[in-house]
Amino acid sequence: MSPASEAVLASDVWKFHGDFPALRGVSLRTERGTCLALLGRNGAGKTTLLRILAGLSAPSRGDVRILGTAPRLPVTRRRAGYLGHGIGIYDELTARENLLHFARLYGVENKEAAASKWLERVDLKRVEDGRVREFSRGMRQRLAIARAFVHEPDVLLLDEPFTSLDDRAIHLLQNLLREAFARGCTAVLSTHQLREALELATNVALLDRGKLKFAGPRTQAMLDLPPSIYFETETEG
Amino acid sequence: MRGVWAIARKDFQSELRSKEAINASVSFALVILLIFSFAFEPTADETRAIAGGLLWIAFAFAGALILNRSFARELQNDCLDAVIASPIAGWELFLGKALASFLLLLVVELICFPVFSIFYGVNLTKAFWPLLLVLILGTWALTALGVTFAALTVNIRLRELMLPLLLYPALSPALMASMTLTTSLLTAGVFGANDQPWLRLLVGFDVIFTALALALIEFVLVL
Repeated sequence: MSPASEAVLASDVWKFHGDFPALRGVSLRTERGTCLALLGRNGAGKTTLLRILAGLSAPSRGDVRILGTAPRLPVTRRRAGYLGHGIGIYDELTARENLLHFARLYGVENKEAAASKWLERVDLKRVEDGRVREFSRGMRQRLAIARAFVHEPDVLLLDEPFTSLDDRAIHLLQNLLREAFARGCTAVLSTHQLREALELATNVALLDRGKLKFAGPRTQAMLDLPPSIYFETETEG
Repeated sequence: MRGVWAIARKDFQSELRSKEAINASVSFALVILLIFSFAFEPTADETRAIAGGLLWIAFAFAGALILNRSFARELQNDCLDAVIASPIAGWELFLGKALASFLLLLVVELICFPVFSIFYGVNLTKAFWPLLLVLILGTWALTALGVTFAALTVNIRLRELMLPLLLYPALSPALMASMTLTTSLLTAGVFGANDQPWLRLLVGFDVIFTALALALIEFVLVL
């Protein structure tokens, strides 16, 4: 059997929080080596969809496949990297201990080398033995980026990755993502920072109140549109 | 098992750095033992007859402080999401958390034992090994159930209150067994004929609730 060509596949995904439908029949398909920017206003369902794709939440209805397999399977999670709203690192541990911990969880073969490499990449090598609680906000964010990349994932699921990043961290993340795409990695990223996201994205999907309003390739024209165009949607009724 | 050791190691390391839960737990257990020693005449035979109960009440109350932290520790910076998104299985996460909590609880209990011995004039050495067996079985019961409920209540705002409310009623068979066996060992020095059903109950409780936790933890964490 040949491997699935799509890296991320969502088929008629519904998610209910009580009676409220956070997602209403969302279907998406992302090819390998592409980057999908997930756009929409607050409450549109971007985070809910990303959490389902990351296996953190189960869909109420519908099906999700990451690299052809279910998101909760360990084999899938080993190949996926998730960076959510929180940085997902431990304040009591040092930068190196944090990366080693996640390298152990992901079964990275040469953990020490991987931790050193990513500490170097995010320019935290000189403070690798410092506890995270003593780090500045920018340093913590860079460590979070290293944490998401430490196992060299094939699919990256990033929830508002540029939010509250300083310019240096934005530049770093963009470079790391470009390198990842060059080696065939796929990314789905939700964002409000359109300029940064659209520069990277090959495809765009627009969610509105849990429904998919648009999905298609990113065009040059999209870069020239004012950001508000993506967040203004028709009112029902 | 790779995930089990990684989680246990990280939890143990974090706790030894912050000492948040262990300091609170040791202090609380010692205060309970001290207050009980004021309430009862410590050297009287009647007190010795309820010594097992006193000891396990202190362990259960102080243990809740450590068990509460087992999953709450992951809330900071949304670390729980990062861990659940990693490829370790739910049972590995549970066992890792349980192992770290179990070791921390044992440390608290082993600190309390000599203090208890002094306050209540009880000789712990004459039945040390059987006592250690009861301690291990009872503490595992407390841990297995406590870590499961800690996972269940981790996203609830009043989790510090909810955990004891759920834990103590469900734990009561294991607590009764541990109390009875400990009292029996402290008074007679050996297990009596009537103790066998309690010992079997404690082992059965450990096996059943550990198996249930291992089977259900994935559903508890990913809804």
